[in-house]
Amino acid sequence: MVDLSVDLGFLKLKNPVIAASGTFGYGLEFQPLYDLNLLGGLVVKGLYFKPREGNPPPRLAETPGGLINSIGLQGIGVEAFCREVLPRLAGLKTAIIANVCGEEEEEYARVAEYLSRQAGLAALELNISCPNVRAGGKCPAQDPEATYRTVKRVQQVSSLPLITKLSPNVTDITAVALAAREAGSQAVSLVNTFLALAIDLQTRKPKLGNVLGGLSGPAIKPLALRMVFEVARKIEIPVIGLGGIFRAQDALEFMVAGASAVQVGTANFVNPLACPEIIKGMEDWAESQGLSRLSEIVGSLKV
Amino acid sequence: MFQDKKAGIIKTASWGSYFLITLAAPEIARESQPGQFLMIRVSAGFDPLLRRPLSIHNRSGQEVEIFFQIAGEGTRLLAQKKAGDFLDIVGPCGQGFSLKSEFKGQEIFCVGGGRGLAPLYFLARELQAAGARPVIFYGGQTLTDLPLKTRLEEAGWETHFSTDDGSFGFPGLVTRLVEKELEKRKPDYLFSCGPEAMMASLAKICQTIALPAEFSLESIMGCGLGACWGCARKIKKNGEIKYLRICQDGPVFPAEEIIWPGD
Repeated sequence: MVDLSVDLGFLKLKNPVIAASGTFGYGLEFQPLYDLNLLGGLVVKGLYFKPREGNPPPRLAETPGGLINSIGLQGIGVEAFCREVLPRLAGLKTAIIANVCGEEEEEYARVAEYLSRQAGLAALELNISCPNVRAGGKCPAQDPEATYRTVKRVQQVSSLPLITKLSPNVTDITAVALAAREAGSQAVSLVNTFLALAIDLQTRKPKLGNVLGGLSGPAIKPLALRMVFEVARKIEIPVIGLGGIFRAQDALEFMVAGASAVQVGTANFVNPLACPEIIKGMEDWAESQGLSRLSEIVGSLKV
Repeated sequence: MFQDKKAGIIKTASWGSYFLITLAAPEIARESQPGQFLMIRVSAGFDPLLRRPLSIHNRSGQEVEIFFQIAGEGTRLLAQKKAGDFLDIVGPCGQGFSLKSEFKGQEIFCVGGGRGLAPLYFLARELQAAGARPVIFYGGQTLTDLPLKTRLEEAGWETHFSTDDGSFGFPGLVTRLVEKELEKRKPDYLFSCGPEAMMASLAKICQTIALPAEFSLESIMGCGLGACWGCARKIKKNGEIKYLRICQDGPVFPAEEIIWPGD
């Protein structure tokens, strides 16, 4: 038996596979298909304080090996989440992580403070990197100083561990990762989607109602892997890797690149059983390699 | 809801760009309701990446059928599948047509445009089983757009055909055909699936004569499970207009809740 567990310091996971925010609803959507207790953890859809309408359709465009979305963080808001959803997640034996959003620093703080008072959450993931909520895809994670301010503000009011979700739409992602750590983030997750455009040549209009969107899926995996490698080399806090993980092999590569745990996103649409299948595949691989603990491979890239 | 990774294809049939696939999927067949759909993986690789949502056309014992027209790369790949192949399917998804107990003994119009007939065959069968009297309207641009003509005739329901070019049945739009029939009699309910313009114009007709109706909407979908909110569309629910998910809150909505383009 291989030990699949992961110790992030502030949080122990039974295995390294976490369902990624925005692709897994509020968790309950996948419950008819498999036992959510199989997961290392799950991150619920991004939460603002108030309900949020989201972006005009079309919200999805397919590209070869990829998906561009501009959902715009439509959601029920933090109060409805805590009232209606969280009690139904709290009984699960998997780490429930809430994804925290905000129009500005104060809203991040308000959401985080509200969530900190609830039972049943293992950590907060700070979504400072959604490309779909401001014109031109701007977000705090594009600037180390804005990242520092936002994380610091949240850290002052939150009693839960913080994971800061980083944007790949930057020149140097390590500078942003360092700013997040400096401000008190206990881990970073990367990467969010790549700002992208799809065009309908017939009409010469963008395929998405909001013009730009975020690219995810197998197409971004090598880029995400590179960024995880760069960040993991520079900071000592745990890195959670994501971006185009569809198979156990992808997840294992992220761990070799330096990720302590991984998130699976778009794959949940293509194969709703992706997470449990990836967990099983990782276990089989570790066994074939004669490993006693899967986490031995973290950062083992031979360079 | 189930994911069946190896639903065996029992047989296929085709008429030009239209295809019918019969699948062995016992669990999904058991739970299926008319108007629900399947999320079908069309490629073993990553291009196209997303599953394709397709209406359940029929259910028979342990089998389900899908009926579709080639509309792009995904359906083109699906059309290449043969008997003996396997499909990875998720379903049944979404909220289907409402089958009300008062339908017993009532007359129900089922109006399909082109490939939009797909969910209405299953619906008509269930309506009949519930003691209702389905009346089918099936329209297309030309005779070759009515590949299910024989199947409908064999089912024995009252069926009206139309073609835009007059090559078969009523010459003109199916909406005009329905309108003409409504001048003679008023059914108790109307269900429809087809091109958006067709459904929008039918919705106006139904509103004018206070005929309750439901429409099945289409959208690109990410997950089909209600998780991604990629298929959202503005819907009027309890006096409030908001983005609802076609995959989970629909795909079938009551006429009064739908906001049509140009409304």
